[in-house]
Amino acid sequence: MELTPDEAARITREQRESSAAKSKYLLEVKDLSTHFFTPDGVVRAVDDVSFQLGYGETLGLVGESGCGKSVTALSLTRLVPNPPGKIVSGSVVFDGVDLLKLSDDGMRKLRGKEIGFIFQDPLTSLNPTLTIGYQIAEAIRQHMGLSKKASIDRVVELLGKVGIPRARDRLNDYPHQFSGGMRQRVMIAIALSCDPKLILADEPTTALDVTIQAQILELISVLSDEFGTAVLLITHDLGIAAGMCDRVNVMYAGRIVETGSVDVIFERPRMPYAWGLLDSLPRLDDLRSDRLRTIEGLPPLLINVPDACRFNPRCAYARDACRDHEPELTPRDEPGHFARCWATDKGGWIP
Amino acid sequence: MATQTRSLPGVATTARRSEGVWRDAFGRLRKNKLALLGALGVFLLLFAGIFGPLLAPWPYQVQDLAAITANGNLPLPPFQSIAHPLGTDQLGRDILSRLLDGAQVSMTVAFVVQLVVLFIGVPLGAMAGWFGGRIDTYLMRVTDIFYAFPDLLFIILLSVAFRETAFGRALNGVLLVFVAIGLTSWVTVARLIRGQLLSLKETEFVEAARAIGVSDRNIVVKHLLPNAIGPVIVAVTLGIPTAILAEATLAYIGIGVQPPRASWGTLIAEGQGFIRSYPWLTVLPGIMIATSLMSFTFLGDGLRDALDPKLKGKQ
Repeated sequence: MELTPDEAARITREQRESSAAKSKYLLEVKDLSTHFFTPDGVVRAVDDVSFQLGYGETLGLVGESGCGKSVTALSLTRLVPNPPGKIVSGSVVFDGVDLLKLSDDGMRKLRGKEIGFIFQDPLTSLNPTLTIGYQIAEAIRQHMGLSKKASIDRVVELLGKVGIPRARDRLNDYPHQFSGGMRQRVMIAIALSCDPKLILADEPTTALDVTIQAQILELISVLSDEFGTAVLLITHDLGIAAGMCDRVNVMYAGRIVETGSVDVIFERPRMPYAWGLLDSLPRLDDLRSDRLRTIEGLPPLLINVPDACRFNPRCAYARDACRDHEPELTPRDEPGHFARCWATDKGGWIP
Repeated sequence: MATQTRSLPGVATTARRSEGVWRDAFGRLRKNKLALLGALGVFLLLFAGIFGPLLAPWPYQVQDLAAITANGNLPLPPFQSIAHPLGTDQLGRDILSRLLDGAQVSMTVAFVVQLVVLFIGVPLGAMAGWFGGRIDTYLMRVTDIFYAFPDLLFIILLSVAFRETAFGRALNGVLLVFVAIGLTSWVTVARLIRGQLLSLKETEFVEAARAIGVSDRNIVVKHLLPNAIGPVIVAVTLGIPTAILAEATLAYIGIGVQPPRASWGTLIAEGQGFIRSYPWLTVLPGIMIATSLMSFTFLGDGLRDALDPKLKGKQ
């Protein structure tokens, strides 16, 4: 059944009003599952993921490559390539609206306006044949209905905010005339162009060198404060998460395996995978060994996943219980700290 | 920093020019002598096509009977008379004027056919490439069918079938030829666009455009087609000589432009009976056809090199 735009707007408004009262969160993800239907079988890239993100909060999503971090972010904006990917269940309530129930057109109007996206590789995320000015103005024209002159002024203002000097002169430049760091600044300007409530930053600094990384992260942090924007920061670099985030979700094999405030996760993690990640950080004060420590093995293939802790084959503390049933996310000592581990749960073998 | 406001000696402070893809390509094209020669030829041909009839010393159909009578009722050879610099045919019509009129026919064919090609090829190719899946399969089978047609036979059949209709007579029979040639040559462009879009739609800037809510239509039109246009320009430029040749071939066998209008193909057909005694009647239009084919081919090859990003900086 097709809804008229008026009806759709009314339903959206009612939905927003009825649930905005209940929710203090900007984003509430519940039991989100995204599967990829491949010739080899169904890959459960994101499997029953639930988390919340408050207004203006910065939430980290950390984990190794292939743990479902990016697919989670893409699922939130329904950008998972389909086929083969499909969001099979769950709900994503953003500012009182369930995004998964929204029409395609309604979703399109939300992207870029309420949810900005910063991609990993600024070298390939900008269209080489269009000018920087056009690409930043695109979202503004799309969503804000500004006049041509007003949108150019807005673009200049944004470029200034993200620290591109002589912004007005550079409007007609093409992406190849900018360095990698500058291009990522342009991407940030695009993400911020319509004053979004949420920014999804998918490994925003992975393609950049370390000094530029620090600048870009600082910029994201300063601007998200200034604009009051919530940030979902996806990274495999725990150092970045520690510096940027209020809370951290650790993802492994399509599941959230530990969640808590950034202090708790870094000081008292209660999941061997999080220990492993922390242990893999190179340390300047570690003089015993000049080799980098790693977690042995690889994340499992997410086809026909058995009912067991997904980390058990790589876990030094695994016992039979870990191989028999998968643990739930259960609360730990601190409020808001949850972990998915038999060993550190009540009655577990790790105190 | 206070030093930022002071300009360093020897450092240009004027705003730099924005150098786009096109300026880049044009710079490379300019270094290619053969392509420049081709461009010059194309320019002259276009000039002849547009202004030729105005510049021509005689209307193309007028017979200067006095001239051939003075020559003993024989066609006037080239370079013997100021009134007819390239001579006349056996009916006393001025060759230069007829060649210029032929240029108009050939240039019109060249460009209108390419317009037909773009008009059919780009949307079909874009749809097939963008939607993929079943739509792609169906559209590509249609192009396969068109590709499998024997071109000349198809054009001849079309021309014969529609010859007596209003459509067949439109523009002195030329419109039918345009459409017929266009209908057999859009396949290349459609396939090119499809292939380009198939790979371009997987790029990250498309994902990024989606993430800021750009509609599918705008992604295709504003983001993808400009990226795919280079090879299309080349294909179109290289398609022009094929169209000119096809028109000349058809005119030679009497399809298309009807007398007294002249096309280079009809001029050759008219002159071939006298090729031993009055060779200029066939040689001159032959030279025109050959020159235009080479001009467009040189230009097309040059454009291909200039627009190919992989060759950047190699020349």
